[in-house]
Amino acid sequence: MEYIIETTDIVKKYDDFTAVDGVNLKVPKNSVYGVLGPNGAGKTTLISMLCTILHPTSGSAKVNGYDVVQNPKEVRESIGIVFQSRALDDMLTGREHLQMHASLYGVPQDVREKRIEEILDLIALGKKADEFVKTYSGGMKRRLEIGRGLIHHPKVLFLDEPTLGLDPQTRESIWEYIKELNQHQDVSVLMTTHYMEEADKLCDEVAIINQGQILTADSPKNLKRELKADTITMQVDKLEEFTRLVEDLDFVKEIFIKDSEIKLMVERGENLVAELVNFANKNNIFVYSIELEHPNLEDVFLKYTGRTIQGER
Amino acid sequence: MAELEGIYTIWLRENKRFLRYRSRILTSVVTPLLWLLIFGTGLGSAVRFGNIPGGYQAFLFPGIIGQTILFTSIFSGLSVIQDRQFGFLKEILVAPISRPSIVLGKAIGISTTAILQGLVLLILSFVVNVPMTIPVLLASLVVILIISLGLSGLGLLIASFTDSMEGFNLIMSFIVMPLFLLSGALFPVTGLPSWLQVAVYLDPLTYGVDALRAIILQSSAMPLHIDLAVIIFFAVVMILISALVFSKKEQSLM
Repeated sequence: MEYIIETTDIVKKYDDFTAVDGVNLKVPKNSVYGVLGPNGAGKTTLISMLCTILHPTSGSAKVNGYDVVQNPKEVRESIGIVFQSRALDDMLTGREHLQMHASLYGVPQDVREKRIEEILDLIALGKKADEFVKTYSGGMKRRLEIGRGLIHHPKVLFLDEPTLGLDPQTRESIWEYIKELNQHQDVSVLMTTHYMEEADKLCDEVAIINQGQILTADSPKNLKRELKADTITMQVDKLEEFTRLVEDLDFVKEIFIKDSEIKLMVERGENLVAELVNFANKNNIFVYSIELEHPNLEDVFLKYTGRTIQGER
Repeated sequence: MAELEGIYTIWLRENKRFLRYRSRILTSVVTPLLWLLIFGTGLGSAVRFGNIPGGYQAFLFPGIIGQTILFTSIFSGLSVIQDRQFGFLKEILVAPISRPSIVLGKAIGISTTAILQGLVLLILSFVVNVPMTIPVLLASLVVILIISLGLSGLGLLIASFTDSMEGFNLIMSFIVMPLFLLSGALFPVTGLPSWLQVAVYLDPLTYGVDALRAIILQSSAMPLHIDLAVIIFFAVVMILISALVFSKKEQSLM
């Protein structure tokens, strides 16, 4: 398979803190690749090295075939970036941002206007395109940044937490947008996120990263299948006693306690809900609620790190 | 070619920003007028200033132009700190364009805004009864351009070593005010106590103000060609150093 991004044992150290610890990433061409992990896992540091913003302490990385340390200019020409934090100038209009970016990235003069129109169409700013960015909503700013990252037809688009801080509705529309992009444009996408749902919906492949290391990487489907488990989440009145009791049940493979909830990993959970309720009643434990979930990436993360992704905010 | 376009793009943004902050344009004209009219008239009435027609106000006029360029250039250079805080600097720094081009685009952009302000002040010369002709005006603008290139280079250099606007007061007290007060904008630079004399001649703005006096008032402490040589040298050195620092420090600027 052809890889658009390849890293070899890439490391970034700050004094005695290791932000990225020997990561080997292989991103197939034309895929949407997700780097999933909690805050502080090293996602942004990793992406910054791939974008030539940071130099790796050791190891190497190639983007679109160019080494990020030896050929930073070629790498920059091949990529579009949407930073986690906003990178817009309030006193310029949306159209001006696109014009500025197009000329900084050397988009040929004769196609520039056409590209700008295309992008404006795509990001649907409408009349706002000619107003100052300070009047934009959060979603519009984000769309502008994504559009800007695309105007020079990059081979790779880096999205660092593209929907962080956006309302659910805007988030959905950005997702739609990224999906369409990948289908209709010749561009590979590398995105970081700590939203499980986002990675699940968008990514062809996901790398789970924690404390600077990749724990596992596969398609969301395979990762979930690997769990071979449904999750039954229960709220009961005597949590400790109940935990002790269910530990002895054969069909319970693993137990996680989160706040006042107990999560049981089981196979074919739909057959077990009734049984669990009966079991609790028999032992004089009252069940407030019971919920069956098929595996999601959150559970995958839980399995690999022993904690939930929101655990460390 | 691509680099030229990059320089032009950054120049364009600098000018758009300047023209869109209306309050900044207004203050950049009002502040110097306050100095000329109030400070100039006040001190002009108290001291006898015989050697220049027009008296102290006329003497002050080139000094205040120098002051305006100083403040505009340094503060616009410092706007890089804001760009950094708002993340916009990243957007520029990850673009496939060389660091010296970024510095040059910024410096030329800032100088353009300084020229615009200088132009307004030069046209207002009648307020302080200083005669103005087209050749004098054009020659003054050239000097303004050179001073501003040097000072904006200095501003960019300071910005590259400053993380936040917190340091603003320090920069004001230790760099901007000494540059202004020592430049001879407010007083003649001849016949001073020797400690002050030395400091005055170390200030690059002294030569800029003196050059403006030579052109506008035909009266200066040093020959014009020496003034010009010093400010050109200062401009070249400042641009080169900040280009070098931007290239070296690019990792920590983003």
